[in-house]
Amino acid sequence: MKRTVFRNRWLPYALVAPQVAITLVFFFWPAFDSVRLSLYRASPFGDRLIYVGLANFERLLADEAYLRSAVTSFVFSFFVTIVGLALALLLASLANAKIRGLAVYRSLLLWPYGIAPAIAGIIWLFIFHPSYGVLPYVLSFVTAYQFNWFLKGWVAMTLIVVAAIWKQFGYNLAFYLAGLQAIETSVIEAASVDGAGPIRRFFAIVFPLLSPVTFFLFTLNMTFSFFDTFGLVHSVTQGGPGDATSIMVYRAWKDGFEGLQLGYSAAQSVILMLVVIGLTAMQFRYAEKKVTY
Amino acid sequence: MARTLTVATLGMATTPRDRRRDWSGLIAHGILVAAVVVLAFPLYYAFVISTQSLGEVSSLPPKLYPSMSLLDNYVQAWERARMGRMLFNSAVMAVAIAVGKIAISLLSAFAIVYFNFRGKQLVFWMIFVTLMLPVPVRIVSTYNVISILGWVDTYWGLTVPLMASATGTFLFRQFYQTIPDSLAEAAQLDGAGPLRFLWSVLLPLSKANVAALFVILFVYGWNEYLWPLMITNTQEMRTAVIGIEALVPRSGSQLPEWNIIMAAAIMVLLPPVAVIIVMQRWFVKGLIETEK
Repeated sequence: MKRTVFRNRWLPYALVAPQVAITLVFFFWPAFDSVRLSLYRASPFGDRLIYVGLANFERLLADEAYLRSAVTSFVFSFFVTIVGLALALLLASLANAKIRGLAVYRSLLLWPYGIAPAIAGIIWLFIFHPSYGVLPYVLSFVTAYQFNWFLKGWVAMTLIVVAAIWKQFGYNLAFYLAGLQAIETSVIEAASVDGAGPIRRFFAIVFPLLSPVTFFLFTLNMTFSFFDTFGLVHSVTQGGPGDATSIMVYRAWKDGFEGLQLGYSAAQSVILMLVVIGLTAMQFRYAEKKVTY
Repeated sequence: MARTLTVATLGMATTPRDRRRDWSGLIAHGILVAAVVVLAFPLYYAFVISTQSLGEVSSLPPKLYPSMSLLDNYVQAWERARMGRMLFNSAVMAVAIAVGKIAISLLSAFAIVYFNFRGKQLVFWMIFVTLMLPVPVRIVSTYNVISILGWVDTYWGLTVPLMASATGTFLFRQFYQTIPDSLAEAAQLDGAGPLRFLWSVLLPLSKANVAALFVILFVYGWNEYLWPLMITNTQEMRTAVIGIEALVPRSGSQLPEWNIIMAAAIMVLLPPVAVIIVMQRWFVKGLIETEK
């Protein structure tokens, strides 16, 4: 802790005022309002709010479409996070050698981070396009199966998963490469002298040593795939076909803005809030652990 | 002794183990080059499509090399989607959020580190909690607040509400804490007040952090999707990232003008990607610092 050096009665308040004002007006007020709205529903004419207690939540938990969107969200996040990280870790381990030009590779890997998920989605939409895309064209030589994401839910899901992984991949790979380079080669050499094969060495030594990087990337990718992929779904699949790609955030937006079911949407926001609190808590549990390492 | 060592090391270089290491270097290069190429392909493909005519885009097999319609497509995309206006809005949003967030968090971190004041804990806690309230968890109510303020469809509405953040404040707070106390004491002996100290001592020292944060926030502001979608209703206020969605054909009766869409997509993705490439060093620093 720093020794405080400046004394002034009002200046510190003036300095934190902009931050506090924005936080109160645009974060706390809407957050409390979400919680409040989640206990109400609009009257049939939409002119006033009727207090309904926890009815919105009861309705949500009984609503199969909502439960499906929760499953969709978790499936989507699982694939983006687990498959994305596993691929990145696999490639990083195979490419882990003391080579020149790592900084150059890093530059060539990191740029997709700058592409908006929505734009990434539109590019992949065209690659997957059933009539003009290069991917269905190539696949048509292998199988007669129609990879039409307009019609098949799992193809649409694959499309947004691939677009999301593509955007995050270079970033994940760059972090894993840096993590691997930081591991002392002597540790690994000692193990190989002891007769441990490469796969054994990986699981017994490299993977545990990388766990801080993995954990960091895990929470980051989970947060990304849960909350930052709204644009991807909105611009590419619009939740469809049917509701195959209707993730929770997309549904909350749709029920609120298109369905104008304010209370119902607010209840979904409250549930999403619990998800964020869970993810943040995880992050900080880990941060505490890191101190004791 | 020295000689034996040299001989020993020279001898080492030709052992089988080191030859294996050469191989692993080659494999590493091979894998990384492959990763770079695979990652670049979608962008290349998008660019190629943006240079083709409508006939070429919709013909099979897909053509994977550039054609002659580049200028045509970009001009069309520019005019049809009112690209100029949308890119301008995106730029306003990205720069204002980046500059605003940096300024606001510089000030609040300064107050938190260099002053003792009543309610400091509360302020710190409030800033921390914003981490848990991203836009998607307060969709409808935030819109209500913006419309009560009359900020729907304004630059105020697009930028100010996104200027508060914990990450920036925590970053500067951590950085200030590493600055030796003697600097502030010296400033006081010279008769400099706190604001003078902030402006002439802390700010110049924070340059690298400011640059790092700028890159991250610029990319964030430029690519924000849900916020402008909620806050803007008119064509004039749309940002480029959400405007492009309107070009995508949603029914079979629309022309599949993917060449125009890709031209627009390239224009939209270029600024943030360029910022990342040009400010590479600060970008990497920013990634590491903001995610701590």
